[in-house]
Amino acid sequence: MNVLLDHLPEFRDGFLGTLSITAASAALALVLGILIAGFRVSPIPPLRAFGTGWVMLLRNTPLTLLFLVAFFVVPQILFPGTSPFMLATLALGFYTSSFVCEAVRSGINTVPLGQAEAARSIGMTFLQTLRLIILPQATRTVVPPLSSIFIALTKNSAVAGAFSNTELFNISKLLSDRGFAIGWIFLWIALAYLIITFAISGLFRLLERRLEVAR
Amino acid sequence: MRIRKTAAAGAMVLALTATATACGGEAGTAGDKDTAAKVFSGEYTVAKNVTLNSPVLKKAQERKKIVVGAKADQPFLGFQDTDGKRTGFDIEIAKMVAADLGFSEQQITFKTVDSNIRETSISEGLVDFYVGTYTINDERKQRVGFAGPYYTAGADLLVRRDDNAITGPTALKGKKVCSIVGSTPLSEIKKPKYGAETTELSKYSDCVKSLLDGQVDAVTTDDAILKGFAAERSSKLKVVGKPFTKEPYGVGMNKNDKVLRDAVTASLEKHIKNGDYKKAYEGTLGKSGSAYVAPETPLPRN
Amino acid sequence: MSSSSVLYDAPGPKTRVRNRIYTVAGSLAVLGALVFVVLRLNDKGQFAPEMWNIFNNAGVRTNIRDGVLMTLQAFAVGAVLSLVLGVLLAVGRLSDHKPVRWFATGFIELFRAVPLLITIYVLWVLFLANRGTLGFSGEGTQFWALVIGLTVYNGSVQAEVLRAGINAVPKGQSEAAYALGMRKAQVMLTVLVPQAVRSMLPTIISQLVVTLKDTSLGYVITYQELLFAIRQMAGNITVNEENPYVPMIIVGGAIYVAMCLLLSALANWIERRGRRAKTGIDVAGAGEPVTAADALEVADPVPGGPAGRQN
Repeated sequence: MNVLLDHLPEFRDGFLGTLSITAASAALALVLGILIAGFRVSPIPPLRAFGTGWVMLLRNTPLTLLFLVAFFVVPQILFPGTSPFMLATLALGFYTSSFVCEAVRSGINTVPLGQAEAARSIGMTFLQTLRLIILPQATRTVVPPLSSIFIALTKNSAVAGAFSNTELFNISKLLSDRGFAIGWIFLWIALAYLIITFAISGLFRLLERRLEVAR
Repeated sequence: MRIRKTAAAGAMVLALTATATACGGEAGTAGDKDTAAKVFSGEYTVAKNVTLNSPVLKKAQERKKIVVGAKADQPFLGFQDTDGKRTGFDIEIAKMVAADLGFSEQQITFKTVDSNIRETSISEGLVDFYVGTYTINDERKQRVGFAGPYYTAGADLLVRRDDNAITGPTALKGKKVCSIVGSTPLSEIKKPKYGAETTELSKYSDCVKSLLDGQVDAVTTDDAILKGFAAERSSKLKVVGKPFTKEPYGVGMNKNDKVLRDAVTASLEKHIKNGDYKKAYEGTLGKSGSAYVAPETPLPRN
Repeated sequence: MSSSSVLYDAPGPKTRVRNRIYTVAGSLAVLGALVFVVLRLNDKGQFAPEMWNIFNNAGVRTNIRDGVLMTLQAFAVGAVLSLVLGVLLAVGRLSDHKPVRWFATGFIELFRAVPLLITIYVLWVLFLANRGTLGFSGEGTQFWALVIGLTVYNGSVQAEVLRAGINAVPKGQSEAAYALGMRKAQVMLTVLVPQAVRSMLPTIISQLVVTLKDTSLGYVITYQELLFAIRQMAGNITVNEENPYVPMIIVGGAIYVAMCLLLSALANWIERRGRRAKTGIDVAGAGEPVTAADALEVADPVPGGPAGRQN
């Protein structure tokens, strides 16, 4: 109990840190994921290959390795001096984008064939078909898997703690190094994560219901 | 079809890596700097029939191995090359102490313990004692026992060779400084009076890498460590040379084992007096450009 | 062709020309980015021959090999234990006894919500504190902290996957089993779980891939797996006053990708073998037509296929 009350500012910083990293990389992952999913169903072979390669590479690489790339390879190529927060967002966002891409792609596949055929028959181009007909309908089926992807992202953000970002894992380690009982720290940290993950799943359930009504 | 393709791709890459990792290959140290060969490695007379009323030592004697925590990424201090051989000043200190406790070099099991898990590893008994640029301070004294100090370093700054703007800790306003999670120079540089932006990583080599890439402007930690890195990359990095803290290094061990602490203290004093210490120093840390300063004896024993 | 081809028409002459232009432009863009990256890294000396020569060193090779072995060890034990725990928790969550159900639910929710990294770290500290009573020695503490961490987290996830699978088994199955006079446990373990495993196999496999990747989190407690070895070598070897981060990351990444691809391929292969052996009603494979050839292979030597992996 005391651990929490005595270190409220630390816990708050950690909580906010986890929230902001999660939010930033979720946004990046969403944009990239939809883009790459578009690539994967596009009529242009190199784009398809690029999408496939992207997903295969990022899905099968441990997140920590991507963090190493972000922190020790990216600065050699571009923009030395980027903040650790940006680099962590990059690593998490790229990693998560491959999962978002697969979710979106399977969502696209669930849209009845007739929809795309109808769109084509009235002369829509690929981009129009995708943007106006397919993606809006795919959204409904994509929402539930996206929810679990973002919950996983929340937890993955803990890896950023080892790379100069203040977040909940960092705080738990700091306090346990100072000799506080690990059991209590663990419970409080777990509670904080539970709050975030419940918030995410609640938000998505709300979204799901809204989309249901819109039908 | 797809499965077979991915399987084939996977198998091919694995086969390639298998050839890359297959045994054989050139012996010796990887890389062009053969640090291990240049660094002094001494042998010390092993004491016989050591009996001390120390629970930690008794356990070590039972298993006929003493487990020593050390660093593996600090050239000239605590370093492990690709063959697994450990060298450096801290390693020599560990060997001296172990010898006086009745353990030969072959009976030492070195364990790499990074800074961020030091206190936990020592207080929970993962290592019998710890020698790895471990600064004695009051906060740590609450969790671990210290023998020493056997060496006094000071926090300094490592910068790129062509950087003349950073002349000392006061010139750090708005600069990005990298240090190790949980280290004392980090908490010093975090003080508002320096106005530096800090980056916290878990390995020194990661910080040095960030400095080389321009990701940060300076690395701060003990000068002894920095000089080792600078000596390995003399055309790219330099040490500013204005230490701004005192970092007395101690041998860390279980807080409640006073008998062991006294034995280690006595051992350190003995080797400082008989010249082993100086010889080890000049063969290791001295090579990276730190002049020898004899530590004060007798060492504190409270 | 794949179902996605329905999104666009068979290209006419104009579109074909345009697509060809896009193809060239797209390839050039990807290639350009790649060349840029390689050139920049080359500038920094990351592709110098000496930098790559380190992989000819015996010590480096042994370190990588040991790292791979340590990774596989933790994965093998963790994967088996997590599947066992997954079945237990799934059954527990569907139990008729309230305390059992609550316990299983609480366990699953707690460990699914907490990042594995934190679980591993906390377990490690706890194990260290109680080393004597638990009987760990030397490297055992790290190994078991990692393995148990992998087990409780992935076990909780697998439990949820299995529960979804069990709920998806047609009701008639359990009703028929009860009608035959089977007990609850029998119904669960011989009728429901095997079918759930079969229908959920793709998800179970991708979770196994996650388990394999997650072994890399062992670096935080200095379990010396592949990623730990790579980081240590990248930091400790200096070539031309530079560290070989890029070569190490490329080689390490390739090994991870290869291991994960092989694992999915292996699991998919097992799944297909299982599909062919029609030992029960196929839930997920409904879309796959039963051909005469398949029907002839009822006596396939793999009994139960994927279900057999469970215990």
